[in-house]
Amino acid sequence: MRGLFAAVMLMGIFSFLGASWMLLLDAPDVAFTEASVGAGISTILALATLALTTRKAKVPVRRPALPLLIVAVTGAALVYGTLDMPHFGDPEAPASNYPHPSYVERTEDDIHVPNVVTAVLASYRGYDTLGETVVIFTAGIAVLALLRGSRKRRPAGGGGEDAR
Amino acid sequence: MTDHTILRVVSKLLLPYVLLFALYVQFHGDYGPGGGFQAGVIFAAGFVLYGLIFGLTAVRRVAPARMVELVIATGVLVYAGTGVVAMLLGRNFLDYDALNPAHPSTGQHYGILVVELGVGMTVAAVMIAIYSTFAGRGRA
Repeated sequence: MRGLFAAVMLMGIFSFLGASWMLLLDAPDVAFTEASVGAGISTILALATLALTTRKAKVPVRRPALPLLIVAVTGAALVYGTLDMPHFGDPEAPASNYPHPSYVERTEDDIHVPNVVTAVLASYRGYDTLGETVVIFTAGIAVLALLRGSRKRRPAGGGGEDAR
Repeated sequence: MTDHTILRVVSKLLLPYVLLFALYVQFHGDYGPGGGFQAGVIFAAGFVLYGLIFGLTAVRRVAPARMVELVIATGVLVYAGTGVVAMLLGRNFLDYDALNPAHPSTGQHYGILVVELGVGMTVAAVMIAIYSTFAGRGRA
């Protein structure tokens, strides 16, 4: 598929399906993030990139035999890895044993907040979330520095349309 | 896209509710699903919609680039500042119990609200900044 517009749309649809899947797994917070970031803003940014560059992908010069082999082997290894994972909803699974009950039980007393996800995110794991915020801050600054910096150096009138 | 009357009218009708929903997600995140990350993105989506329909100059008038950059940094400072306040009150960094020592759980609630606000500010401002830089490049 060389049409990049269709590729972006498929990416958005995939992300939205992912969000619905998260909702089926009773994770509305994650589904919310996936729908707004993945299906929403990412699609718009990808479309903005298309508007700046081109709608058609270039025809590759070489045959992608080796990359295809690597992807196939990696994919097979990942699928093989899932065979060892506990079944969905298994009460014996580590995920439903260690952190889950204690946080659910403790949030009620420790923190005056009904949404345990928010409590874990902002309080129990406050350091991690601070780190995430700094990551977003850094990413934003980096994008601004890259895009703005290159615009200044380019002579007026030549920027944008021919950029690839 | 400024000559599409239907798009202009519908988006103008929708915009306040998009922003209101973002604020709801932001400040109701401790009771229902949502929080700073989601709210920030939805808030920025409102600006993106405005920019798509009314043009980038209109967005720059509402949110000047300088102000957006300030908000990016302020959000991180609000988050880290909450931690520093907790330290100044004699507790560990980011230990919100310090905000209301008599009722630690209420202190936690305050802390989470403020911290989520910081996250929301940074996320929204970064998204608006990235979008307007992308959209601004084509016409430079």
